[in-house]
Amino acid sequence: MMNELLSPELGHIALIIGSCLAVFQGVLPLAGSYTGRVRWMQMGRSLACGNLFFIFLAFLCLSNAFLSDDFTVRYVAQNSNTLLPIYFKFSAVWSAHEGSLLLWVLILSIWTAAVALLSNGLPLQFLSRTLAILGLISVGFGFFLLFTSNPFERTFPLPPIDGQDLNPLLQDIALILHPPLLYLGYVGLAVPFAFAISALLESRIDSAWANWSRPWTLASWCFLTVGIFLGSWWAYYELGWGGWWFWDPVENASLMPWLVSTALIHSLIAAEQRGVFRSWTVLLAIFAFSLSLLGTFLVRSGVLTSVHAFASDPERGMYILLFLSIVIGSSLTLFAIRGPVLMSASSYSGSSRETFLLINNLILTVAVAVVLLGTMYPLISDAFGLGKISVGPPYFNFFFVPLTFILLMFIPLAMRSSWGHVSVKILSSWLIQPFLLSFVVGLIGSSMLAHWVGETQNSFSALVTLMCVSWVFMMIFVDVKEKLKLSTFTKLPVRYYGMVLAHLGVAVTVLGAGLYASSGIQKDVKMGVGDYAYLGGHEFYFSDIKHDRMSNFLFTRAEIIVSREGREIVTLKPEKRLYFSSPQTMTEAAIDGGLLRDIYISLGEPLDNNYWAIRLHVKPFVRCIWLGGAMISLGGLLAVLDKRYRRRKIIKRDLENLSAQSVPEM
Amino acid sequence: MHPLRKQRMQWICLMLISVSIATALIGYILRQNANFFYTPSQIANGQAPIGVSLRAGGEVVVGSLKRARESLLIEFHVSDDWHSVKVTYEGILPDLFSEGQSTVVTGKIDDQNILHAVQVLAKHDENYTPPEIAGMYEDRGT
Repeated sequence: MMNELLSPELGHIALIIGSCLAVFQGVLPLAGSYTGRVRWMQMGRSLACGNLFFIFLAFLCLSNAFLSDDFTVRYVAQNSNTLLPIYFKFSAVWSAHEGSLLLWVLILSIWTAAVALLSNGLPLQFLSRTLAILGLISVGFGFFLLFTSNPFERTFPLPPIDGQDLNPLLQDIALILHPPLLYLGYVGLAVPFAFAISALLESRIDSAWANWSRPWTLASWCFLTVGIFLGSWWAYYELGWGGWWFWDPVENASLMPWLVSTALIHSLIAAEQRGVFRSWTVLLAIFAFSLSLLGTFLVRSGVLTSVHAFASDPERGMYILLFLSIVIGSSLTLFAIRGPVLMSASSYSGSSRETFLLINNLILTVAVAVVLLGTMYPLISDAFGLGKISVGPPYFNFFFVPLTFILLMFIPLAMRSSWGHVSVKILSSWLIQPFLLSFVVGLIGSSMLAHWVGETQNSFSALVTLMCVSWVFMMIFVDVKEKLKLSTFTKLPVRYYGMVLAHLGVAVTVLGAGLYASSGIQKDVKMGVGDYAYLGGHEFYFSDIKHDRMSNFLFTRAEIIVSREGREIVTLKPEKRLYFSSPQTMTEAAIDGGLLRDIYISLGEPLDNNYWAIRLHVKPFVRCIWLGGAMISLGGLLAVLDKRYRRRKIIKRDLENLSAQSVPEM
Repeated sequence: MHPLRKQRMQWICLMLISVSIATALIGYILRQNANFFYTPSQIANGQAPIGVSLRAGGEVVVGSLKRARESLLIEFHVSDDWHSVKVTYEGILPDLFSEGQSTVVTGKIDDQNILHAVQVLAKHDENYTPPEIAGMYEDRGT
């Protein structure tokens, strides 16, 4: 019954209606705001809800086609299979181009409806323009779906009996959640973008605007953070080779909007509290969304695998490229016209929280430039026939390692400094004592680590990592202590705890990443049953190898007993899998994880005479990378929940700021 | 000059200087770390620089894969049908690496024209051909 009701045709029609509603949403409120028709302006809200309803219906229909194995739909046939467990059938909905774009549009509708429903405090004119801009973005993507990548297309006349499979790499729980979370972040940046554009249209970039923009920016930044860290976690345990970040263009595509939105949430604070960096903040909001569009373009057009692949489906690539240039071009033009009016007239000294936030923004901007150039240079070089080039991790690490440490050092400085001015004397008093203390901590920590690992490769960078991280911890700890002296635990705003948690999270992530690079060790060995190998003070005994089968794959499983100082720790069972539905072999690593260290073993290829190539890793503190990520996201969430952003407060502030503007009372 | 305007000017100058330094540095490091792609023919003809990190690719010649007895040292030939290049590598090969399939390796060439690879990539699924290799055959076709 449900199956027949939610047919692909219904989905197609729902998508068309949804996109048409988006057209009205993009035009009516905007026109109304210029002609003063209140009725038209008010329509934005209901149109946004209607749009959400129909896009959601379309999404339901596509999910239904996947769950009921409707292989007459081409997209389903290409990405699903009757043997798949039900939750992977559902996640297969967004596993490829068409479905993930539909998810993109759905998430945009969700954000738009959220803005429409939660922003009662916004002036009608401002809200209607914001909704109109979000509507126009939705039109762009809705038409893209309908005209170039329709997920509901049927395969006539002969549908396949069974589908091709979902790529086995993607058959994983983290990958069910990774794309929706990442998209919630990507697409969420459309909200601060729309706020920035409608503020530009009104030529009013004030602290009320920054206050409205902050929770939305923070929320999408949180999702982006969770999405990126989840992706990195997936790469670590599922790709099977123990890395956590590869500087892959697809990863870079998500990192760039994250870096810009990190800068944005910081400059929004300064814009709200002090009225400084206002035009810069607008520019960041524009860039953040443009970079998420660029990310969508890079990942979804096929240019990344090859410029030739782009040529094989020029329609899609050209469409996004055109859309991208319209969005960036028109918003930057608007900024050029209205920007100079926004020049702020507030003063602050060279050593103040403003300056430190500015330094934060500068570092993050340089970081984005590094990633952008490193990602685009090979594409540009190939497109203009300058040779085929690849840019590897050494380039990115060269910049990112020092930039990260500089950024880290400024975190506690900005946290503890006051707005306006902080004397150099106070600053230096903060620096000297904790610096000496952290030097001691670093020395002790790195020598203990070197002793534990036994063959530390780079104790200098371990020392630097431990020093910087412990310094940041101490400084933040002192800050909390001082704030608590002046106030009580419950009186400090929630966003303060959010900030502390997120910044501690950054330090924890740096700790994990730094020690991964400096003290983590790995070795490729040739082993047969009965062989021993030694790494990082651990002994690895290859005890057995088995061949067996599961419902949809064959596997070979090795058993390796790990012991240290004669005591057996764990038996790890890395696998090689061969899926029936595709000729791919998969490597399933075996991990013995802990907060202090991971032991990670992956099975390589079989060699002659029953020998195997095996990769062994001992990685101290590697889980701190993702623990820090969780802390950062949780900190962001706490900040979003702060009551400063609740509706009533905004109305009050708004009335104070803009007594001229008429705001409907609730 | 008005103190505010003066402050703003200082900031703008500072930013301009730092932006240009950053851009120059990024460009320089980018050029240092860019690995150019060479075909086996180009390497055989001596067109590829010696001792510089580069990428090469082609088909792994059937029957050319040799393994050392005691270690994971591997040796194979990569060919574009006209010329082939000897590649050495120590470590684990990717899952989809096999003779007769295409591969892309990153490494340095020594004075005997042997490529010492630090990374070996195979296509990561059956529908995907490394773009450099697809391009290589395309160029030859025309």
